[in-house]
Amino acid sequence: MTMAIDILSWILLTAGGMFVFIGGLGALRMPNLYTRMHAASLTDTMGAVLVLGGIMLQAGATLATIKLAAILLFLLLTSPTASNALASAAILSGLQPKEGPVKPGGRTE
Amino acid sequence: MYYAVTIATLITMALALVRALLGPTIYDRLLAANMFGTKTVLLLSVVAFLYGRPDFLDLALVYALINFIGVIAVLEFIRERVDSDAAEKSAGE
Amino acid sequence: MIIILFGIFLLALLVITALAIVRSDNLFAAVILTGIFSLLMAANFFLLDAADVALTEAAIGAGISTVLFLGALALTGEHERGGSQNRLVALGVVTVTTLIVIYATFDKPRFGDPDAPVHQHVGSWYLEKTPELVDIPNAVTAVLGSFRGYDTLGEVFVVLTAGIGVLFLLSARTAGRPEEFPVADDPDQGLRHYLVPRVVGRMLIPFIFLFGLYVQFHGDYGPGGGFQAGAIVAASVILYALLEGEARALRALPMRVLKWLVAGGALLYGGVGVASMLLGSNFLDYSVLASDPITGQHIGIILIELGVGITVTGVLLCVFHAFAARGRV
Repeated sequence: MTMAIDILSWILLTAGGMFVFIGGLGALRMPNLYTRMHAASLTDTMGAVLVLGGIMLQAGATLATIKLAAILLFLLLTSPTASNALASAAILSGLQPKEGPVKPGGRTE
Repeated sequence: MYYAVTIATLITMALALVRALLGPTIYDRLLAANMFGTKTVLLLSVVAFLYGRPDFLDLALVYALINFIGVIAVLEFIRERVDSDAAEKSAGE
Repeated sequence: MIIILFGIFLLALLVITALAIVRSDNLFAAVILTGIFSLLMAANFFLLDAADVALTEAAIGAGISTVLFLGALALTGEHERGGSQNRLVALGVVTVTTLIVIYATFDKPRFGDPDAPVHQHVGSWYLEKTPELVDIPNAVTAVLGSFRGYDTLGEVFVVLTAGIGVLFLLSARTAGRPEEFPVADDPDQGLRHYLVPRVVGRMLIPFIFLFGLYVQFHGDYGPGGGFQAGAIVAASVILYALLEGEARALRALPMRVLKWLVAGGALLYGGVGVASMLLGSNFLDYSVLASDPITGQHIGIILIELGVGITVTGVLLCVFHAFAARGRV
């Protein structure tokens, strides 16, 4: 039983590590701010879910698991919102994506 | 087992730092700083387990909450500058 | 061993970031890189097993300092003006100082050596006597709150003085009306029209505040304490001010309340000291605050940490409002 949990958390941690590394590589190699944002924010969130999930399996049923669940919840809430805010700020100051002009959106009257 | 994840996170932090140093616009740098922040949260969580001291998870929790505020501050700063520029232009016309 | 390699890697990144901060002439970029620098320092402190310091660095350096710098940049320009002419003299002074410091590190004891002078004498006495005299698990809080209470009193007064100094310097514009900053109640202020940050931010504010209170009162048992908690609570109010605009934040916590908070925390700390004098012992000797000396120590530490947290919150919010409200007419 603990063997199964160990193997599962190994798989989750390795997958999370790969996602994290892919995210960093994407942020470096993509040509444009908006494409970099895709790479960074998607892999951030997915990598965080996998890595923290793997550690939670290792921690068992203790207080540490609840704290890790809280960290995961807050990361899931704040990381995409930060990308949204960043994109809004970029469009507001005039940096347009390559596909076509976008009005300063995100603003609802 | 945790060492592999720690090494991956450290390498990603280095890559994000390169983007922060290179990025032509400030938004690239801010993106890199935000990514750096979430990677620090992961690093702190994994190393807290590596040390066998789970009560150090409080640091990661603080960081996950506070990282957000810098990006919101930049959005507010840009919005205020754009709004005051627009107000000055329409007052000048 | 491999932890030391991680530490060296982070230190290398730190040097690269510091060089980039010095060399960049766009101040906005420098502010963001300073945030990254502060994160690296927090990770370094964490790897060196100093959790309280890492928590303080993370809360203040990466969150609040960035916001304050951005507030200052909103009032000044974005690009650095040309440097001074005397570069060679400065380079010479820095090189000589660096060589002296490197020479001084040759005599340092090995990292973690138990025979090092810093682990003898007072350090080991504090670690031995904490379970017996103060009986809380976090020895750092015991040293900071009880064994070295005077030093912490001095720190609180330094924070108070810094707050007073900032208010003197930046309130010159409101010389006629000392109570309020001139803030217009503009319906377009803040990020009210950006729904996603606004909704998520407003959901998070009570959790950040609650976490600040947790860190405040949990400082006896884990990393935490007054300074960190004050910074976290101030961060939650700053988030509210960013999302809803200055006017509403000032209506929620007006300047007179903030000024009371700033002074009240230091007053609480000093008051605990005076109370212990009135109960017949020395200044800041908490053992007389209850019938059992150890309970007295616990009560004393909780009260002074509360005082520290209140003052730090008040000062950080005063500084933030002083910067943020000045740009508007």
